[in-house]
Amino acid sequence: MSLNLHDLSVRFGAGPLFPPVTLNAAPGTITTVMGPSGVGKSTLLDAIGGHLARGATVVGRVELNGRDVTRLPAEARCIGLMFQDAGLFPHLSVGDNLAFGLPHALKGRAARRQAVADALAQAGLSGMDGRDPATLSGGQRARAALMRTLLAEPQALLLDEPFSKLDTGLRGEIRAFTFAHIAKRGIPALMVSHDPADAEAAGGPLLTLSQEQT
Amino acid sequence: MRLPLLLPVLAALSATPALADWQDTLDAARGQTVYFNAWGGDARTNAFIEWVGDRTEELYGVSVQQVPLTDTAEAVTRVISERAAGRDQGGSVDLIWINGPNFLAMQAQDLLFGPFVQDLPDARYVDLSEGAPAALDFTTPVNGMEAPWRLAKFVFTYDSARVDQPPATMEEFVPWAAAHPGRLTHPDPTNFMGATFLKQALVELAPNPQALQQPVTEAAFAEATAPLWAWYDALRPNMWRAGRAFPENESVQQQMLNDGEVDIAMSFDPASTAAAIDQGLLPDTARVFVPEGGTIGNVSFVAIPYNAAHAEGAQVVANFLLDPATQAHMQNIEVLGSFSVLDPARLDAGAQAAFDALPTAPALPTLADLGPTLPEPHASWMTRLTEEWARRYTE
Amino acid sequence: MTRSGAEGRTLRAVVLTVLIVAVLGPIAAGLWQSLRAGLGVLPAIGAETLSLDPWRALVDLPGFGTSLRLTLWTGFAATGLALLLAVGVCAAVHDRMDRRASGRLLAPFLAAPHAAMAIGLAFLLAPSGWIARALAPVMGWDRPPMLETVNDPWGLALIVGLVAKELPFLLLVILSALSQIPVRAQMAAGRALGYGRGIVWIKVIMPQVWPLIRLPVMVVLAFSLSVVDVALILGPSNPPTLAVRLLRLFSDPDIFQLLPASAGAILQALLALAGFAVLWLCDRAGRVIGLWWVRRGGRGLSAEPGLWLATGLATALMILGALAMVSLLVWSVAWRWPWPGLLPDSWSLRPWTGAGQGVTRALMNTVTLALSTTALSLTLAIAWLEGEDRGHFPRAKWAERLIYLPLLVPQIAFLYGLNVLVLRLGAAPGLVPVVWAQALFVFPYVMIALSDPWRALDPGLPRAAAALGAGPWRRLWRVKLPVLLTPILTASAIGVAVSVAQYLPTLFLGGGRVATLTTEAVTLSSGSDRRITGVYASLQAGLPFAAYLAAFLIPALRFRNRRALSGAAA
Repeated sequence: MSLNLHDLSVRFGAGPLFPPVTLNAAPGTITTVMGPSGVGKSTLLDAIGGHLARGATVVGRVELNGRDVTRLPAEARCIGLMFQDAGLFPHLSVGDNLAFGLPHALKGRAARRQAVADALAQAGLSGMDGRDPATLSGGQRARAALMRTLLAEPQALLLDEPFSKLDTGLRGEIRAFTFAHIAKRGIPALMVSHDPADAEAAGGPLLTLSQEQT
Repeated sequence: MRLPLLLPVLAALSATPALADWQDTLDAARGQTVYFNAWGGDARTNAFIEWVGDRTEELYGVSVQQVPLTDTAEAVTRVISERAAGRDQGGSVDLIWINGPNFLAMQAQDLLFGPFVQDLPDARYVDLSEGAPAALDFTTPVNGMEAPWRLAKFVFTYDSARVDQPPATMEEFVPWAAAHPGRLTHPDPTNFMGATFLKQALVELAPNPQALQQPVTEAAFAEATAPLWAWYDALRPNMWRAGRAFPENESVQQQMLNDGEVDIAMSFDPASTAAAIDQGLLPDTARVFVPEGGTIGNVSFVAIPYNAAHAEGAQVVANFLLDPATQAHMQNIEVLGSFSVLDPARLDAGAQAAFDALPTAPALPTLADLGPTLPEPHASWMTRLTEEWARRYTE
Repeated sequence: MTRSGAEGRTLRAVVLTVLIVAVLGPIAAGLWQSLRAGLGVLPAIGAETLSLDPWRALVDLPGFGTSLRLTLWTGFAATGLALLLAVGVCAAVHDRMDRRASGRLLAPFLAAPHAAMAIGLAFLLAPSGWIARALAPVMGWDRPPMLETVNDPWGLALIVGLVAKELPFLLLVILSALSQIPVRAQMAAGRALGYGRGIVWIKVIMPQVWPLIRLPVMVVLAFSLSVVDVALILGPSNPPTLAVRLLRLFSDPDIFQLLPASAGAILQALLALAGFAVLWLCDRAGRVIGLWWVRRGGRGLSAEPGLWLATGLATALMILGALAMVSLLVWSVAWRWPWPGLLPDSWSLRPWTGAGQGVTRALMNTVTLALSTTALSLTLAIAWLEGEDRGHFPRAKWAERLIYLPLLVPQIAFLYGLNVLVLRLGAAPGLVPVVWAQALFVFPYVMIALSDPWRALDPGLPRAAAALGAGPWRRLWRVKLPVLLTPILTASAIGVAVSVAQYLPTLFLGGGRVATLTTEAVTLSSGSDRRITGVYASLQAGLPFAAYLAAFLIPALRFRNRRALSGAAA
């Protein structure tokens, strides 16, 4: 499993936002993307995941396991996404949020319920199946969101400042939890962060984006 | 009814006091604004009413404010709701353009002011003798409760560029429609004009037309309308939209004639075709036709509600409408083109000359073209007729 | 409690009192009158015996069943279709729709009164209409084809007319609801989990949008079930829908028809209630089925064609609506325009100049009414919201529902009764009762338009002002109102549009004396002169349009060097 970026950049009208990026993200490693505010770190992730806003054009190529996914819609890329607001859907219970992530191929009510229950247990959220996501603590929300993402069996993972809203005490714990799961799955991950501690804990390569010189 | 016969005599005997009373009315009316509730769907009528207001303001200090209605019954409903609220004085409706069933309804409910017509000075130009057209509204004696103002006579309009030979009788509508499927319709019978189309056929087809002058009974209705329904059943399949949809009123139908959707329109105003051509609403080739035996005719009236806030002003306006100069102006095709309700025999030479000098137009029929005027059936027939029509042809 | 808290309570109490005395009371009283008359009691015409005869007379009307069926079919179909299309369009193009631009695009459609648009659509769709005229040379039609394209017995033209008018309203409502949801993030989250755009929209976004748009949808449903003018112009004629039959009964020369008419008015209210019940059932069922569907986890990549179909249909309807308004404008400067001319044979400004005094008076009345009702409604709405702020109350949901009441009860169900009530109170029909009656319908829209931006105002701003020593009135005048200028003007423009479009309230409570552009246009549409109708309808649509334009331009000029305020809201 590997995620390869070839001369990847994004244009909004005039010129590219950042110099072309070439990267080989190996399975189980976490590459940290750093750089000044506004340089387009989140945009880079959007380009990889297929979430760019209208009007932006991608230059270069994204390959996942040797497959060119640059022109595919987001939903067909098998690239998971985590961001700072966790992104749990407020109208669904915690359990249903996780069920939302389960692949359709897993058939049967009982089997699906069991899969959700297992995932909740892994995240230390046993018995919180019916809870309103809004009543969870920040750490619980982050863990639930990660489980939802992983249940969808992504082949790569993008993390957009996933820990920045957590307070310092909790941050280390959730970080360890997240990184452990990524290592266990053996999938490549790309993380945008401002926190050098995140990069240090990730232990992977470091990619620094800088402003395009025009 | 003895009263109408006595009236001229009484009027002659008390000429001076009556004039004095009229002066009182004029004095009381000065400064009043008369709310004239009149159907507002015809721009020329609206403009005529505006002209009337300008004149009465100038002559008598009475201004007229038209309250345009989509249906005359709105005004009746308004008076009823005012009475419901106990507003027996200072009502909001001063004068109504009214006819037939609406008049009957208001009279039956005691909602009218009057009798007042015989007190109008210019009523002397009108033939109000018993049975005269201006003294009857749908066979009901008017008894001075409403004043005549314009003559209505049922006519058809067609485009001579598209239709060579319009039907000559109501019976001939059936073969005509069969030869021209989808080209004939009539307004919805809930509308006055749609009902009149049915009445015209009824008057022509009924075995005994005299029976129509009496209030309707079930037996008389069954007998008189049997040929009508047979005729209508034969006509309907070849009508526009197979007789399942109808234009809302005659104005909409006139527009359909202009649009080329149908070939025949109808009106209660013989001058309306010429007027519509002049207004650009119909092609220059539009002409009027009437069935050979003549058509239904009646007189349009104005009435004053019992609680009118400005009854004096309303009488001044009603009187002004009967002034020979007003009637001649109204009959002018360039103004309204509506036929006068005055009795030519009662006009002096000057007034007569004013009528003779009026301009004419190719689409304006002469009185001779229009044939005899047939009496309206008793008002109760119309209600019964439209009910029965709705029962038979509403799916 | 602080002084401002007490003030807040007072303000809110005043607004509540006004609401109950001026809004709820009259509606209840009007309904009560209709209910009594429907049961045979209307002393004014000597009907004093309680009985079910009016109801029997109503049900015995020829074709009553057909009318009822038609009413239900057209009402539900129009609402359902409008909702479906609006959701489809938002799902398909939401990410490329700039709120300001879409607001500008929708404004003319919102500004065009129902009656005017219906008249234009009738001309467009008729067998002798614009579309048929364009096709005539190709199809070889020398006469209008015999097609039932308007007034068709299935009510399709009526449905098209209703959807063309309701779609822009629902679009605006949904767009405003979407601004309260982090759509972009949720869309990304959903797609990253492998769901197609359409499915994310249905499974994730819509369930959150629905509670925010439920009331407006109910308003659309109640309106569609009881609409008079559009049904008169585009609907089937024999029999017509229930509301049209009721208007005919109310204006029947036989005054005893007021009794079955009143029974019908109550039936109309019951139909609206039944409609709400159906909506509620769909809501419940949708929740259960939706949850089952979400749990199955189907990714469904195939919703896309449906979305584009919806967008295509919606675009076609908007084009129809725009053409309808253009056709009226063309008619207003036409002289002779017979079949099969695509454009008039001869042109003239006479329709404009000839309409003269009548138009001027109607225009003056319309402007006076629009300004006074909007000012009144705006004052009430600001008092309400400010009361909420000062008293630190949470949003009172029940009170918000009360505001909607005048929009949920069919007008015909209580306006006749209301008229009797006003007269009994001794008020003369005229401008004042009309201002009040219009405000019943204007206030809810103003309140809806203003409350969300008001509550979304950064609480830091008034707090900062307070810290600088500004009292509550100074904070209102110098901070809140200026910052909220754009939404306030938008709410005013909506108020003006709603006021201009009011027909039945103006007619009933003005005693027919208060001639406005709308009353004149509807009256004239029963006549045959499309040119004069064109003049009135153009003005009728132009006035609210000018208000919307002002709502865009004033903030843009006033705040031309304040980027955050020059176009903050749609």
